[in-house]
Formats: sequence, C-alpha cells, structure tokens
Amino acid sequence: MTLLEVDDLKISFGDKRAVDGLSFTLAAGGALGIVGESGSGKSTAALSLLGLTGGAVSGKIRFGGTDLVAGAPWKDIRGARIAMVFQEPLTALNPFQTVGDQIAEVYRLHTGSSRRAARERAVEVLGQVHIPDPVRRATAYPHQFSGGMRQRALIAMAVACRPELIVADEPTTALDVTVQAQILDLLDEVRATTGAALLLISHDLGVVAGSTESVIVMRDGRAVESGSTESVLLSPRHDYTKALLDAVPKPGNREFSPGAPLLRVQDVRKHFPQPRRGSFRKPPPVRAVDGVTLDVHAGETLGIVGESGTGKTTLARMMVGLIPLTSGTITFDGVDIARRRGRSVQMVFQDPLSSLNPRRTIGESIADPLRLSGVRDPRARVENLLERVGLSTSEYDRYPHQLSGGMRQRVGIARAVAPSPRLIVCDEPVSSLDVTTQAQVLALLEELREELGLSLVFVSHDLAVLRRIADRVAVLKDGLVVEIGPTSEVYEQPQHPYTKELLAAVPVADPAEARRLRALRSTTPR
Amino acid sequence: MIGHLLRRIIGGLIVLLALSALIYALFYLAPSDPAILACGKGCTPERLADVRTAMGLDEPVLTQYWHFLQGIVAGRDYPFGPGVRHCPAPCLGYSFETSQPVTTLLLDRIPVSFSLALGAEILSLTLGIGTGLLSGTRRFRWFDRLVNGLVLAGYATPVFLVGLLLLLLFCVHLQWLPFPTYVPFTTDPLLWAQNLILPWISLAVIQTAAYARLTRAGLADSLAEDHIRTARAYGIPERRILWRKALRGALLPLVTLTAVDLAQIITSAVLTETMFGLPGVGQLLVGAVNQIDLPVVVGVTLVTGLIMVCANAAADLLYAAVDPRVELR
Repeated sequence: MTLLEVDDLKISFGDKRAVDGLSFTLAAGGALGIVGESGSGKSTAALSLLGLTGGAVSGKIRFGGTDLVAGAPWKDIRGARIAMVFQEPLTALNPFQTVGDQIAEVYRLHTGSSRRAARERAVEVLGQVHIPDPVRRATAYPHQFSGGMRQRALIAMAVACRPELIVADEPTTALDVTVQAQILDLLDEVRATTGAALLLISHDLGVVAGSTESVIVMRDGRAVESGSTESVLLSPRHDYTKALLDAVPKPGNREFSPGAPLLRVQDVRKHFPQPRRGSFRKPPPVRAVDGVTLDVHAGETLGIVGESGTGKTTLARMMVGLIPLTSGTITFDGVDIARRRGRSVQMVFQDPLSSLNPRRTIGESIADPLRLSGVRDPRARVENLLERVGLSTSEYDRYPHQLSGGMRQRVGIARAVAPSPRLIVCDEPVSSLDVTTQAQVLALLEELREELGLSLVFVSHDLAVLRRIADRVAVLKDGLVVEIGPTSEVYEQPQHPYTKELLAAVPVADPAEARRLRALRSTTPR
Repeated sequence: MIGHLLRRIIGGLIVLLALSALIYALFYLAPSDPAILACGKGCTPERLADVRTAMGLDEPVLTQYWHFLQGIVAGRDYPFGPGVRHCPAPCLGYSFETSQPVTTLLLDRIPVSFSLALGAEILSLTLGIGTGLLSGTRRFRWFDRLVNGLVLAGYATPVFLVGLLLLLLFCVHLQWLPFPTYVPFTTDPLLWAQNLILPWISLAVIQTAAYARLTRAGLADSLAEDHIRTARAYGIPERRILWRKALRGALLPLVTLTAVDLAQIITSAVLTETMFGLPGVGQLLVGAVNQIDLPVVVGVTLVTGLIMVCANAAADLLYAAVDPRVELR
C-alpha cells in the first residue's frame, strides 16, 4: 500500500528553483533514502512534506489520501502522522524545557491525553530509544545530554505519537562514527517495531546503504537516478551516481620507504585545569592528551584518528607549537618545537572560513607567511601558488566569503605550502566538505606531498579518508594512542577493541556489507 | 548555590573596601585641606580647629581610614567643641555642613529614589516588551517601521526635554496635574503615584526605546532557532511557540539590563530629580559636590557602589533561575 506519493514536485524561492520535478513513492512501513550533496534540494523536499519550506510549492504530494500541497490540515499531520528528526541534535531541542516535558507536550497536543499519561508516554519512548534510566533522564535539560543522547531524544519525540512516517534529515551528520552507527541501528529498529515508514536523507551513501530499501540520488533539484538500494549502489547507471561512489575514499596503495624520524613526540601531556564549582575543592584537570609518544618520519603521512574529545586537535596544535605542553617534549629535527622559529612546520585548519581573516583578500592571507620569511613582493609567488592548488590567479583579490568551502580549503592549503615547509599538520581538513569536493582536496594534498617531498600529519575522525591517504595510522582514545601501525595492518587486523569498534561503525556503501556489520554490532553489547 | 552566594558576598565586600579606600584617598589625601572643605562656608578658626579634631585629621592617614571603617560597623563619636556628635552605626561620616550623620541624610533620600526607579522600570518594561513583541512578530509591517522610528526618537531625546514638555503640557496648559512634590507612599499611595507619574514617563521614554529594541532583536534571533523549527514541525500552535518558547530566550538579556538600569536610576537620575523637585540620592550628591561637603560625597559614593554590587548579584541569580544552562559557580 502506498503511503506517500510525490509527483512532479517543484519548490522555488523567488527565481531560484530548489526542487525541480521530483517524483517518488514510499510504501507503508518502507524505507527510502534520498542522497545528494549540499544544495541538491534534498532537505527542502523533506520540509515540504510538513509544509515548512517557506517557498512556492507546486506538484502533488499525496500522503494517505490527503493532498499536502493544497494546504493540508497541518495540525493533524505535523508530529502526529509525519514526524521529523532534524540534523542538529545540539540545537533542535528547546534549551529551557526538560526533555520529558518537550515530548509530553507534543503527545498531549495530538492525543489530548492527561498530563500524567503524557509524562508516562515520554518516559516510555525514552526507554524505547535506549536512554538509560528514562524516568530520571526525562527531567533533565537538553544541555545535560550528550550529542548522541539528544538525537535519541529527538527520535523518541518522533516516535511518541506513533506516526506513519518518520523523516530523518541528516540525522547523524554531527555525530561520532560509533554514535552514528548506533543511531542508524536505532532508526532501523524503530521502523521494525513501530511499522512507521522511514525517509532517510543524507549526503553519505554509506548511511543509506544499510537502512533503506530504495534510494533516490538528487542533484540540482532533480532525481538523477532511483531504484532499489542494491541496484543503485552496486550497479549505478548515471554518471553522477558513479562519481559519488568513486569519490568515497578507497584504500590507498602507496609504496613508501620511511626516512629518518622528523618530528618526535615523547610522552607528551596536556592537562587543562578546571574551574572550581560548588565547593572550594579544586576539581581534577581535563587530561586532553595524556602521555603520547610517536614519531613522524620524513616523507610519510601519519594519520591520527579519534572521535570527538579524544584529544586529537590538542595533539595537532601542540605538534606545530601553537599551545604549550604540560609535560613531555616535541622535537623537529632535534630542536624543541616551541623554540623553533620559522616555517618548516605549517598547519591546515578544519574550518577554512573561520581561520581566514574575513577582511583581507585571499591573496593577502597567503602572502603573509611569505612576507614573514622575507619575500619583498610576494604577489607573483602567491599567484603561482593559487594556480598550483587549482584556483585562478583572479582569486587573489577576492574575499573568503565569496569562495565555496572547497575553494577556501584550497586557500588554506596554499597558505600552509607558501613558506616551503617540510611538515604540514592537517586538522580535519576535509570534514566540512561534500564527498566529491573532499576527493578533489585529498587528491591535491597527495600531489603536493609527492611534488614537494612533504611529510603530513593528517588528523581526522573519518576512517575512510585516512585509509586512502595515510601510510601509518595512530588510533587515539582518551588522550592515549591505543594502537599505531601501517594503515593496512590496522584496518585489516585491528588489535585493540576500540579500533575494532570504530571499524565496525564505519558506514559502507555496500548494502549487504552494511547489514553484516549491523548484525555484528547488535551481537556486541553496547 | 550557598557557596556561590558566599563567594558573591565576599567578592562584593572586597569591591566595596577597595572603593572606600580609593575615595578616601582621593578626597582626604588631596592637597587641599579637607578640614577647610568640610567646615564649609562661614567657617571661623575655632570651628575649623573643632572640625579638624572631630575628623581626626591630626592622626595618621591609615588610622583615620581605620576609624572610618570602624564607624561603619560600630558607630562613631565625633568630639565637637565641648560636646560630642554621635553617629550611630552604620556611620558613613558626619556632615558638618548640615550637622547630620551621612546615613540619616541617605536614608531620607533613598525611598524617593527607589520610588522613582521602581515606577520608571515597571512602566518602561511593560511598554518596551509590549512594543518589542508586537514589532518582533512582524505581523504588522507598518507597526514595525513605526516602532523603529520611535525607538530612534526615544534614544535621541534628552530626558530634560521630555520632562520640560511634560510639565508644560500637563501642569501648565492642561492643568491636569499639580507641580510634582514628593509624597511618601506610606502617607498616601494615590498622591505618591500622582506626583511621580510625570518623572516616571520622562525616564521611561529612553528606557522603553532600549527595551523595545532589545526585545525585538531577541525575538527575531529566538524565532530563527532550530528548536522553534522543531516545534513547528511537531504542530505546536504559533501562539504557543511565541509565548512559551521564543519569548523566554528573547527576554534573557533584559534581566541583566533591568537590574543595572534600576541601580542606575536610584543613584544617578539627577536631571529628572532636579526638574521635578524630587529630593533623591542624585540631588543629594550634586548638592554635596557643589557645597564641597566631602563626607556626604564619600558616603553617597559608597552606597552607590553597594547598590550596584547588589543589583549585579541579583541579576546573576535571576539569570540562573531563568536559564537552566547557566550554572552558578
């Protein structure tokens, strides 16, 4: 039985057409994935199911016999029959209301039940999404929850009124890879136990692979390909789908012979003191990095992987001498990194928009390190660099906000390469980019590495990216290196349980493999 | 919570102590002779000598300061000529100009200033939040524009101009109200309000503008937040979203501002007080400065400091009560 039928849906904002003739159907209890990069119109299409786009909508959306385009009785649909799980678990909940109250409010609104029954239902659904101790947790505020728990709470809210359709818009994007796997498993479980249909929207082919029956690939507001998840992911017909699948990082196969140790990190610790709270007793410091020892050899690319809060960014910043160490030593070529002046170690930051001065032109930002190293008139060299990283020389006089995310990261790389360094530390350089842009930036880094004989330290939460670019990988957990070794060994024969857990959580774009990993996860206790 | 209060009190005391030392140093260690200044106009040599011993100016500076602090805690006797002038605790000094303890002078003035501040604050909060809400929801475009214009005008209008216009209109032309004089609330609440209504309005003009602007901006930010979108997606009615969800976030910044504004009116609404003949703290200070009545200047400054410290502490406590994310530490 068809639950949702979308036919020739068009949504425009002024002159701009965000969705341009999208059609699909979703059966009751079914699961459909919509995949596309940013700006493809996938989120706008999802919001139109709730009448929340704010644009001009035409076409047909038939949901269980009602036409949603012609102005539906939204009060009876939003939350009650179609429930939405949003992307940002950090901000999607009301900070002034307890989690239980927010769920109970929605339930009461749609069922007209008593306050007490609504509270009980809130606790029940919180338990259903595996929030531990739901009775007590229902009285907590969102800021007292972790990111993963907030996303669970949002799913609980979606489930509360027993909707026929759950729309999840990038439900795992802001989450760590192990938490992402848990949330996807939970959505799958909820679909199985409640019989609700699932519309899963993501930029990540791996995310939809294991959780959907059919997939639509969207680009520029149109569906370029659709079909069963197996057929689309395993034998794609459209070039764009193929390009997306190709852009998913594949294992690299670089032959390299490591040189002498270039950067030596020895028993390095970084503790951040905590402010006093409540009593007069001083709390113990946060041990962000707690005794890390590793070498970066000349010419190699060392990957550092870890989830949020494992201390990987702190470690990266200490490696370039940006923040002082609590104890231990970091030497570059035998010289203490803190005392080293000059340009042999550079850094590429995660967010190119906030790490470039918004009031200076691109060219000036790249020229700064050159001027510091004594180049008088750096314009010619900067233009060379711009061309080298794949930008045109006319970008010199433009400002950061006029560039796309991928272009800005190229600028960040140009700035790091400018003073001819020997080592570049990259902190999550591609994590804010679309998968095709990500592949281009990775290719650029690989080229530069070969051409300039660079050593790289590549910090990331993304195991797939590291598998492609890194020669060796160090796995970081709670400020410690739990495993380090050649990339192929770590990925194929992981030794530490945490490494195994991480690898099992990585979304793969192969539906059968994704199901196998899910089955594997459900047998290991959480 | 109790730990926080304790720390706040200790911190506040340290601030006040530092403030008192600073004022003491400024006024009593200045090159001019504080005894001549404190003695006032029509000073005779005998009186000057009396004042000098009374103020303890023949003692070392630190001893003088110590006596001053002692006076605040335990009261103090000023030997004056043959007799003794007693100044009961908390003694902030003795005004030889008016022959009264500074504390008594202040206690007479504070109710006036407090009445002025409280009424003006209530009036401007009501009007400010109301207009801010109406224009913030953008239901009526023309109203939003009108409010924006009025806000600018309110900001730009000096308080004495508003006050004079009000007096001219209501007391001279229309003769609806008598010229204001202060009537204590305890004597006759109705007369109290009738006499204060014009000063309240003239102070509220600027404040209302500030609050309306803040509410409008806060509401716009608040309504753009993700959790409002969540609420809409779950079918919660627009009216409920506005009152129960958006407003709370929008009004947070007003908490701090209101507390500070309240303290500011209590201590320094000189123009308004003068124009409407209200014997408030601001007038007391200006009068004391004009007559170079140093003990009063010191006393008023200290009390001003105390009110500011209390207002800030109250604002922080309120903030924590309204926003669950704020933890007092």
